[in-house]
Amino acid sequence: MKHMAAMTNTIEYTVRVQEEDFNVSKETELLTQDRKDIGAIVTFTGLCRDEGGTLEALELEHYPGMAEAQISRFAQQAVERWPLTGLTVIHRFGKIPPGENIVLVIATSPHRRAAFEAADFLMDFLKTQAPFWKKEHLKNASEGSWVEAKTIDDKDAERWNKNAPA
Amino acid sequence: MKVRYFAWLRERTGTSQETLDLPETVKTTGDLMNWLAARDEGYAFAFEQPDTIRIAVNQEHVDTDFVLTGTEEVAFFPPMTGG
Repeated sequence: MKHMAAMTNTIEYTVRVQEEDFNVSKETELLTQDRKDIGAIVTFTGLCRDEGGTLEALELEHYPGMAEAQISRFAQQAVERWPLTGLTVIHRFGKIPPGENIVLVIATSPHRRAAFEAADFLMDFLKTQAPFWKKEHLKNASEGSWVEAKTIDDKDAERWNKNAPA
Repeated sequence: MKVRYFAWLRERTGTSQETLDLPETVKTTGDLMNWLAARDEGYAFAFEQPDTIRIAVNQEHVDTDFVLTGTEEVAFFPPMTGG
């Protein structure tokens, strides 16, 4: 979905929660076509790793509606905080085998710092505040097991409070 | 009231969502957790560590002292592990 920021003079951003894969080049092209004011594109793609060959697949459960709403809340904060020219966030759900994409953040800006920081900020909040849950299905186990939340991810998200602009 | 469960709360309660009529003694989200935990073994297992459970009312995060009116969608889930 496309979001127009109400009341504030900020850019549109795109947030999608979907089962199907995404194409990084295509999504980047959508943010850069017909523009000559972009000096920096930062793309972050999170992939499913095979955990040393032991992982069969990750199963991603989400809370439909709240997932989109939470991501949009943080995307809105990002476009208010950094001078971006474009922002796209896509998060997949369902069963995802090793090697496949899970999440995409693309931030574009006239200068690199804003694009780097906005993408970093969004990933930290996607990990800790967006209602998604990962279940690991291992090759040698009949039952999957839920991935536990990591304290380090909460610490990463807290960095953005300390660095809040005055 | 519509109540939804995700991840291991869904598995332990054996339900993803249900519509419940709550007794008047259930006033807050914390009361609701205690009331649910007393329903049966599965619910007791799901809510055995209430401190680790996150709560959303109408899809926004709330605490255990949130006062319910009976018309909300309440969701219970573990700490999130997306990204």
